[in-house]
Amino acid sequence: MPEWEAVIGIETHVELQTNSKMFCGCAVAFGEAPNTNTCPVCLALPGAIPVPNEEAIEGIVKIGTALDSTINKDSLFYRKNYFYPDLPKNYQISQYTFPVCEFGKLEIVVDGEPFVVGITRVHMEEDTGKSRHVGEDGRIHDASHSLLDFNRSGVPLVEIVTEPDIRTAEQARAYGAELQRIVRTLGVSDARLEEGSMRFDANVSVRRGPDAEFGTRTETKNVNSLRSLQRAITFEIDRQTRVLEEGGEIIQETRHWNEDKGVTISMRIKEESEDYRYFQEPDMLPLEIDEAWQQRVKAEQPELPAQKRARYVGLGTDAHTAELLADDPALGGLFDQAVQAGANAKQAGIWITQEVVAYLRREEKSLVETALSAAHVAELSEMVSAGDLSSTASKDVLNAVLAGDGTPREIAEAKDLIQISDSGFLEAEVDAVIADNTDAFEKLAGGDMKMIGFFVGQVMKRTGGKADPRLVSEMVRNKAQG
Amino acid sequence: MTDLADLSIVEAGRQLRSGDVTAVDLWEAAATRIAYTEPHLHAFLTVDREGALATAKVVDAAFRAGEDAGPLQGIPIALKDNMCTKGLATTASSRMLEGWVPPYDGTAVANLRNAGAVLVGKTNLDEFAMGSSTENSAFGTSRNPWDVDRVPGGSSGGSAGSVAVGSSMGAFGSDTGGSIRQPAALCGVVGMKPTYGLVSRYGLIAFASSLDQIGPFARSVEDAALLLEGVAGHDIHDATSYRGEYPTLTDGLEKGVKGLRVGIVKELMVDAIDSEIRAATRAMADKLSDAGADVVEVSLPSSEYALSAYYLIAPAECSANLARLDGVRYGNRVPADTTDEMMAKTRAAGFGPEVTRRILLGTYALSAGYYDAFYGQAQRVRTLVRQDFATAYEQTDVLISPTTPTTAFEIGAKTDDPIAMYYSDVCTIPSNLAGDPSISVPVGVDTRGLPIGFQIMAPALGESMLFRVAAEVERLAEFSARPSLAVSKETV
Repeated sequence: MPEWEAVIGIETHVELQTNSKMFCGCAVAFGEAPNTNTCPVCLALPGAIPVPNEEAIEGIVKIGTALDSTINKDSLFYRKNYFYPDLPKNYQISQYTFPVCEFGKLEIVVDGEPFVVGITRVHMEEDTGKSRHVGEDGRIHDASHSLLDFNRSGVPLVEIVTEPDIRTAEQARAYGAELQRIVRTLGVSDARLEEGSMRFDANVSVRRGPDAEFGTRTETKNVNSLRSLQRAITFEIDRQTRVLEEGGEIIQETRHWNEDKGVTISMRIKEESEDYRYFQEPDMLPLEIDEAWQQRVKAEQPELPAQKRARYVGLGTDAHTAELLADDPALGGLFDQAVQAGANAKQAGIWITQEVVAYLRREEKSLVETALSAAHVAELSEMVSAGDLSSTASKDVLNAVLAGDGTPREIAEAKDLIQISDSGFLEAEVDAVIADNTDAFEKLAGGDMKMIGFFVGQVMKRTGGKADPRLVSEMVRNKAQG
Repeated sequence: MTDLADLSIVEAGRQLRSGDVTAVDLWEAAATRIAYTEPHLHAFLTVDREGALATAKVVDAAFRAGEDAGPLQGIPIALKDNMCTKGLATTASSRMLEGWVPPYDGTAVANLRNAGAVLVGKTNLDEFAMGSSTENSAFGTSRNPWDVDRVPGGSSGGSAGSVAVGSSMGAFGSDTGGSIRQPAALCGVVGMKPTYGLVSRYGLIAFASSLDQIGPFARSVEDAALLLEGVAGHDIHDATSYRGEYPTLTDGLEKGVKGLRVGIVKELMVDAIDSEIRAATRAMADKLSDAGADVVEVSLPSSEYALSAYYLIAPAECSANLARLDGVRYGNRVPADTTDEMMAKTRAAGFGPEVTRRILLGTYALSAGYYDAFYGQAQRVRTLVRQDFATAYEQTDVLISPTTPTTAFEIGAKTDDPIAMYYSDVCTIPSNLAGDPSISVPVGVDTRGLPIGFQIMAPALGESMLFRVAAEVERLAEFSARPSLAVSKETV
């Protein structure tokens, strides 16, 4: 029998950080006193009706464009009907047929292998309020009462739904990470998983090999980090496989990821199939996103993470360094400017992603809080290329620059780290060492190349460590080969 | 001397500006009329005596200072109690919202305040505007001022009755399937439904969002036009608000109908329409013809399905619109152990039988497996109705028909037969489905002395033409009868 294979689809909700909510003028703000950013519309008072926010539409068009989607010129809003206290209208304004974006795709790379995830749709909707249950342990069934905060009610929410194309938990995580990078690059949301401005739901099923029918799927919610996304999916795949191997059946249900216990738990919702009675929102006209609007968004699209990584690799960094730089706008920006100022890309990439990152972590600082500039990196790079500074010494100099001790050259001179790369002077030193160690030189000339290190060491000793070891080593070798 | 309560808005405006009367005088005349008529009529749920007097005083000061916000400044106006008024209870005639005081004004209300109107109070309606008689009000049935044993029509029956007796000089209602025009016809006043989108729905407690439209009641066509001008206009708070240029309403009132093409709707002149009403409609058609109009018979073939389509679309929309009334944030609440139970009990106790019926009907029509057969089909009929109108307007400027199939019926006559009650709106519903403007003008009384309404319909944004024809109908009808209740002395 073929091996078990997982089939995974991801639904992602992204809260857009627009100036105002999706259907009213209230501010989109976090952490404010409950029910302060509310009005008749987002509280669903009688008589209040929604007006769509153009900035949010622009945001979803940006996301859809970055995901290679078709943008529907005429898009429709629908009412999704269900009763819940944190949903003040008791229907959510969402989309159904003709969402803003359809038929997109996102390429991810796992273990060096490119992999394309189909994007079924990207649609616009609104967020709910938040409930807080007051009672014994904050759980709804023990609560004496519940408190409602409608500050989040009506915040623009974009839902991104994939095709069931994903096969492993690693791919799912890579997809989530890449989507988060894209959303951040577009500047439409801070996409913080732990704060809920980006949320994943994972649909998982397993089947006997790639040719089998899809199995029954479960939907796992409450995944608050990329790591939990991977863990939760891994757990679900294992659980479902075990159940099926033991002859059991998978129930179509919603499950809750418990981070502490590392398990998914059935939410024990009655599994009557929910009928949302979708119908077209009569308070709104079809949303028109004309060709000019679509073209403008496309033209204004910033360099996407994948494009940036490819560019960095093209400049000479390795794939890992490219990813680190592309992931951090501050580091990436420093890198770009340094390269522009003449720095060697490979060298600059390593300094920034290793020395600079280590310094920032150690000192608990952000890049702007240090004295380091792109010009410094370029200068440092030039000194190393010219042989004025050893690669080892360059790291000390870089740390001193970060600490604000001066420019690389000032520091190198003050610390007496400038290398001697005057070949006339060095040749004299090499000759002197050879003259003092004729036996050793004979061994070397006889083919014992290990002796090179001895001669280089002697020259370094004579020059107080300031000779360019690369140059010295070359000279010794040339002399031995006579 | 004419009682000030019986003045037209136009005449009252003239006298306010000549200094012959003050806004306080007009308000006091309305208040006196309210005192005499309300015990018999029950047109109002709330009379805002303090607010009205305060506004009247402010307005008089404005007049003295030479400030003039236009034709509605100082005019006593009543509002249907589904229009949100900041600081003044707004119930939609439902137990659910009994005692609820909105923290905001709807846009139409705000426009009226800015125009200096004296808002006298909130009028009775069928609960959430669902009904044709006000018998579905949770706070008692309003009476027809021509015969207090009969209904005033609905759902805006309170506004219609108030204007008919002079307890307000003009009023506003909402019309989803005929809720302005039908009571206007039954109470012998002018009632008008504007083009969908002309008046903002922000702050109008929604019944069926794609059909609802606020419009005026008046005792003359010109007054109705002035009232509409006071509230119409683009509103950023309503996504369906019209964005283009607004039609002028009073320019063509004197132009007459010479050379206009008038279509009399065949399907609305059938046996199911009371013969006296058909005769009155035919007589007015003849007068229009004599006045130079080219009157032809036209067909709206889909109109026979319009009523059925309406009773799927409107309940479907209301089933979602009324979902927010759950006892969680405002309105009345029936306590229970769980939130779900609380919401269910609150709604069961708060909604009357007709509202409950429509919510259930609408929920059913939208359910999986039934959507296509009911809601989907109804939307297709709606498209056909629109096409019928478009075809008819290719050869006509306006269409005419009776406003209602009967004159005012007796209280209780149709309460046990919802279908018979629904049929009251058979002539008015097509315009709502099409989104077109339509007006009812009184043209006479039947043998019982009850008023008969004559309906004129025009294409979307054809308000100018609509009022022009309505003004001619008004002149030709010479309808001057007033209900016996319209006096400021004890006679009933």
